[in-house]
Order: sequence, then C-alpha cells, then structure tokens
Amino acid sequence: MSGICIVAEHWKGELKRSTLNALTFGREAAEKLGVDLSLIVVGSNVSHVADQLKFYGAAKIYVIDDPQLEHYTAETWGHAVAETSKACHAKIVAMSFGTTGKDLMPRVAAKLKAGMASGILSFDGHSFTREMWAGSVIAEVEIKTEVQVVTVQGTHFVPANPVGSETPIEHLSISIPRGRTHFIETREARSDRPDPTEARFVISGGRGMGEAGNFTLLEEIADIFEGAVGATRAAVDSGWVSNDLQVGQTGKKVAPDLYIAVGLSGSIQHMAGMKNSKVIVSINKDEEAPIHGIADFGLVADLFKAVPELSQALKKELN
Amino acid sequence: MKILVTAKRVIDPDMKIQVKPDGSGIELSSMSFKINPFDEIAIEEALRIREEKGGEVIVVGIGGEKTITEIRAGLAMGADRGILVNADNDADSDAVARILARIIEHEKPDLVLLGKQAVDVDDNQVAQLLAEHLDWGQACFASKVECGDGRARVHREVDGGIEVVEIDLPGIISADLRLNEPRYPKVSDVLKADRKEVREITPEDLGVDVSPKVVIKKFVEPPQRQGGRLVADVDELVRALKEAKAI
Ligand SMILES: Cc1cc2nc3c(=O)[nH]c(=O)nc-3n(C[C@H](O)[C@H](O)[C@H](O)COP(=O)(O)OP(=O)(O)OC[C@H]3O[C@@H](n4cnc5c(N)ncnc54)[C@H](O)[C@@H]3O)c2cc1C
Ligand SMILES: Nc1ncnc2c1ncn2[C@@H]1O[C@H](COP(=O)(O)O)[C@@H](O)[C@H]1O
Repeated sequence: MSGICIVAEHWKGELKRSTLNALTFGREAAEKLGVDLSLIVVGSNVSHVADQLKFYGAAKIYVIDDPQLEHYTAETWGHAVAETSKACHAKIVAMSFGTTGKDLMPRVAAKLKAGMASGILSFDGHSFTREMWAGSVIAEVEIKTEVQVVTVQGTHFVPANPVGSETPIEHLSISIPRGRTHFIETREARSDRPDPTEARFVISGGRGMGEAGNFTLLEEIADIFEGAVGATRAAVDSGWVSNDLQVGQTGKKVAPDLYIAVGLSGSIQHMAGMKNSKVIVSINKDEEAPIHGIADFGLVADLFKAVPELSQALKKELN
Repeated sequence: MKILVTAKRVIDPDMKIQVKPDGSGIELSSMSFKINPFDEIAIEEALRIREEKGGEVIVVGIGGEKTITEIRAGLAMGADRGILVNADNDADSDAVARILARIIEHEKPDLVLLGKQAVDVDDNQVAQLLAEHLDWGQACFASKVECGDGRARVHREVDGGIEVVEIDLPGIISADLRLNEPRYPKVSDVLKADRKEVREITPEDLGVDVSPKVVIKKFVEPPQRQGGRLVADVDELVRALKEAKAI
C-alpha cells in the first residue's frame, strides 16, 4: 500500500538529477502523511534507471519496461503512469518540473480525475505553495481531489542522498494503447555542459552579448566551475544559444550557489527563474539596470572588458 | 481547416503585482489587462495556417464579461468569430479544459491551438488536460508547426533541444515563445472586429460544473532579496565573492 508516487525523469538511459529533488519532496510528504513512498520508472530498457534508484529509501520501485514506451509521448507514458498510480493507490503523484513533467503530469492528472499544482515549493501535509505571476506572488493552494498531482520545483528541495536499505523492484506489465502522437526525432542541443537546473554555478548572457560567438566568454568562466551556461529569452530568440538554456518564468528555474548575470537587464520574467540563487552577481554597463537591484554584487562595466578580466582573476584565484 | 484558439485575459505582464494586505487576492484596481502573450502567438499561428489552407479561426475566451476585449483583440488580428464563456474569473485550469472540451465537441475543429502557459497563474496545464479529456494527441511547447494531410508536424522545445513529433488531426498544440511573431492589427481591422460575431454562453449552458479542483487559500509576497551593492571593479568583485564564500 502506498501513498506517494514519484515518477522518475530520465534521459538517454540515465536518471536525471532533478528526480532526486522530487524524491526529497516525496520523502517529506510520505513522512508527513505517514504513508509509503514508491517510485515509478516508465520507458524502454530502463532497468539501469531503476537500479540507480534502489538506495533512496522507497518502499517499492514499479517498472513498466515496454518497447512501445521507448519514445516518450504524454499519451503512452501518461497511461502507464496513471495505471501504476492506481495500482499502488497513490494519493500524491509527483514528478520533477522539467519539460517532461510539465507535458506529462497534467495528462496524468486528467486520467486520475485529480487536481494538479504545477511547480510546488513546499507541502505542509495539507496545502502546497507555488509561484504565480512570474514569482511575484506565492500562493497557498489546496487540492480538493482524492488523488493529487504535482510537479516539484527542484530549487526548493535538495537532492536526496542515498540511504541504507535496498528497495525491491516490481515489474508491471500494462497494455499500452496506440497513441495519436508520433515521435519523429530529437534534435539534440550541444550538451557537454551540465543542465542549468543541476549546476551549482550558472553564468547567463542576455542581449548585451551581441552575438552567438561571444558566449565563449561565458563558457570560459563556466568551465572554471564545471558550471552551466544560461540565457535570457532575448538571447535564445536571437538564435545565439539553445532554447533549453532559457532561464525564467517560462523557461528554467535555477538556484545555484553562484549566478552571474551578464549583459541582461533583469526583466521580471528572467528574475523569476534565478532570484532564488544563493549569490547573484550582475555585470551590466547600465547602472540603472534592474538586475543590479537584486544582485549581491553589481559591476557597472562593459562586459567585453569585465568578463575576460574576471575570467583571468578567477583562474588566478582558484589555481 | 477549422481552427479553435484560446484567449485568456491576464494582467499586463509588465505591471507590478501586489498582494492585498489580507492575502485574499491580488490588487486589481489600476491594473491594465491584455491577452495572454502565448495566446497571441497561438492566434497568429492559426491565422497563418488559415491563410495557407483556408478555413475558419474561432477565438474562445473564458472569464468575466470584460474578456470580450481579449476576444476582440483576437478578432482584430484576423480571427473570424468568437465565443465568450461567461464564467467566474477563477475557473481553474481543469474547469477551463472541460469547458473547452464541450465547445470542441460542438464545433468539431480540425486543430486546437492554445498558449503553453497563462502568465498569471503560470499553470502550463490546460492544453494537456484538454488533450486527455478529448482523447486526442498533444504537441506542447511548439516552435514550428506544419499542417499536412490528417497530421501536423510539430517541433517541440524540450530539455535537451528540439523534439519533432507528428500528431493526428484533430489534435492539440500549445504555442511556445519562438513559434512566430504575432502581428499588430491595423486600425481598420480593429474597427472590423467590432462587427464580428461573438456568441456568449455560460458553463451551465455547456453542462460543465466549474467548482474548482484546486483552491487558492492565501496569497503572500515572496521574500525580498537584499541586493544592490555595487563593486568598483573586478578585483573588488573577486574579493567580495571570497568573503561571501561564493568561490
Ligand atoms: C510571455 C513572456 C514570457 C517570457 N519569458 C521569459 C523567460 O522565461 N526568460 C527570460 O529571460 N525572458 C522572458 N521574457 C522576456 C523578457 O520580458 C525580456 O524581454 C528579456 O528577459 C530581456 O532579455 P535581456 O535582459 O537579455 O535583454 P534587454 O532587456 O535588452 O537587456 C540587455 C542588457 O544588456 C546590457 N548591455 C548591453 N551591452 C552591454 C555591454 N557591452 N556590457 C554590459 N552590459 C551590456 C544593457 O544595458 C541591458 O540592460 C518573456 C516575455 C514574455 C512576454
Ligand atoms: N480562462 C481562459 N480562457 C481562455 N483560455 C484559457 C483560459 N485559461 C487558460 N487558457 C488557455 O490555456 C493556456 C494555458 O493556460 P494554463 O494552463 O492555465 O497556464 C493559455 O495560454 C490559454 O490559451
């Protein structure tokens, strides 16, 4: 008998780290409600992903491993997740707040006739909190349905650490209906760098970067910290960097230990995605730029001079 | 093709949002409203498809009476007619999806285009809920749409890059920021829009129970950051970062 189900997010056969943040929510919720925590792994050839989850203190890992689930679609995965949730009598079904969770979980909620809260920040055993209006407001929400579905904003839950005992794995076989959505291909963005949501250091560039090539200035600093590069909508719209680097209200929410904002003004929409970072540095030539107002340390300077200087200084400092 | 699009009335995203002192809601007086930016993108895409393939574009808005303004904005862009579902402003995303599902059962469009996210509640749910309620395919977060015979090919903006999918039609697509750049209506089109048909109905007419599945109990302001210290140069910055143990 289970109460909380966490759906694992994985990519190219590996567990996504954001699942560990969702797991922390799951553990906390299970404790608050005095119920079990279960994990759900859906896909094809996912035994390695299930193995990666074995030592996180869950009561059970349910695996639906089916060639028909090789390529994610909300319809097929949604069916598998909803059926599994029913089988384990889930009260709360949760997933990380990546594009898969955002696409999938409402579909799961509709299948389970559940109310859903997107991107939750906390749970007190009764209500959830979540951001609205680009993070200008935090709402306390109550989901009135018996089964509840949420996506978990990773910035507010630390990644879970492994614990002692091993969780048993149970394979379920569920017949998967033919969907009306057909996978064609993935056009992968270059990805030799961590995802901004997973990195402890993020350096983001905005319109001030001027062109795609100038992002190498930021990459040089990201390399020092093995960190991630992010961007504003303006930089993504210009085609300078991949869409999945957009930080903000309608992109990714990040909260690294150190966030350096370069050549970006600090729109409400951008700040919604990074204002929970531990330390924020802004580099912008305009003293009036709103980003300086929320930065711990603001440097009013031309980025093309300041960023290479900073890169040198950091290398010297950290070697 | 017959295309149904949605238009939500939201507070202008450039306005500063304030919570009422008692936490019961948002200060609405002195706020200006506009159509949800993602919905403008969805409408633009619908118009482009109609311009290529012919057909009709219907704009649906759910909300208070004033939502007529946002429906007219869609009509001014070039949509053909509108439907205003006069519902309490706080119908939650699932109620909106169930209302849309009933309208779609009547109108039988070939394609439904929505925004990916309403920038007030920031739910990012309605398109997906609707697809499930109708048992249709979904392609959310679209950055490119090509309509073919009985199918649409969609580029989706996902973590890791772009995912290309095809959905059977009728189907559901939600628009992301880079799908297109919405047009500005000409004055003459704004005038013309006033004469286009907008039908008003209620959720009761559709037999939809709008009692919410998700209830907002309280609004609070987020903690404010204490920022704003300026440093003179890179040396001072590095020293400050060391003191703050950030490096
Ligand atoms: C529906 C909607 C959703 C959105 N979602 C997001 C989102 O998720 N994320 C997001 O980021 N945006 C989002 N936006 C866009 C947002 O409103 C802003 O337009 C965007 O964030 C601005 O990007 P920017 O700061 O790079 O550009 P600008 O505002 O143009 O700022 C550029 C800054 O660079 C500085 N600069 C220029 N040259 C130099 C130089 N040589 N040295 C130093 N500084 C320099 C300038 O002083 C300026 O402050 C959204 C908008 C809408 C309508
Ligand atoms: N009240 C509404 N009226 C019309 N469309 C809506 C309404 N609420 C949501 N939508 C549509 O659903 C999309 C996603 O909204 P949401 O899931 O609430 O973030 C929006 O971009 C709109 O296209």
